[in-house]
Amino acid sequence: MLLNQFLLLGAFLFCTGIYGVLTRKHTVLVLMSIELMLAAVNVNLVAFGAFHNSVIGQVFALFVLTIAAAEVGVGLAIVLLIYRNSHSADLDDVHALKG
Amino acid sequence: MVAENIFFGVIAAAMAISAIGVVSTKNVVHAALFLVVVLAGGAAQFILLGQEFVAWVQVLVYIGAVIVLFLFGIMLTRAPMHPEESLGNDLRWPAAAGSLFLAGILGALLIDTWHGTKIELDAPIRTSEVTNAIFRTYLIPFEVVGVLLLGALIGAVVLARRD
Repeated sequence: MLLNQFLLLGAFLFCTGIYGVLTRKHTVLVLMSIELMLAAVNVNLVAFGAFHNSVIGQVFALFVLTIAAAEVGVGLAIVLLIYRNSHSADLDDVHALKG
Repeated sequence: MVAENIFFGVIAAAMAISAIGVVSTKNVVHAALFLVVVLAGGAAQFILLGQEFVAWVQVLVYIGAVIVLFLFGIMLTRAPMHPEESLGNDLRWPAAAGSLFLAGILGALLIDTWHGTKIELDAPIRTSEVTNAIFRTYLIPFEVVGVLLLGALIGAVVLARRD
């Protein structure tokens, strides 16, 4: 197996995630696109770990997984708060601080 | 060697199609289910690379917990599930141009740098090696990430409770 095939897959997933973050209007969908980007990073880390025949890639991927879980928990709590205050979870409706 | 590449191609194609589905489908629940396919494909790639432990952690944590949280979020915010409503904003073409630009740069750099580099797998990495690394070399980062998780949990409870 070539190293590049995993890295290119990761790059594709990351760019798809960026597209989703920029174009989606619903807050939960934006969080999902961020998860897509984190999964792409995990693919890269594990591929480099396998390339060097070491466990370090796996350890870093586990840390990234933990951070992703924490981020989703806090993010969804914030989404619920936005929904409760403005009765909509669309990012376009969150403009209370606009000048 | 050939079988590995065929498996990689099939899984990578499924992941790529599902990733495009996550960012383009009009049904919010379908987006979550496409995300399940992407993450399961990632776990399959990890097994293909001989890194078994992180593959099963990905299945348990991402598919078991994070996707369920997403579904809770979708249900609790009454996300639109009717295909006639648009879920995107008017940034579609600039965003597509930007992400294609980034994909082009990343792809060119990766092909230029790692052209022809092969992954030589000796044997699958055993879980005991991973746990030795976590609980010896990376013990302090492990504890820090545990405290971070606790802080995130308490923060989520404080933010979401109504009073």
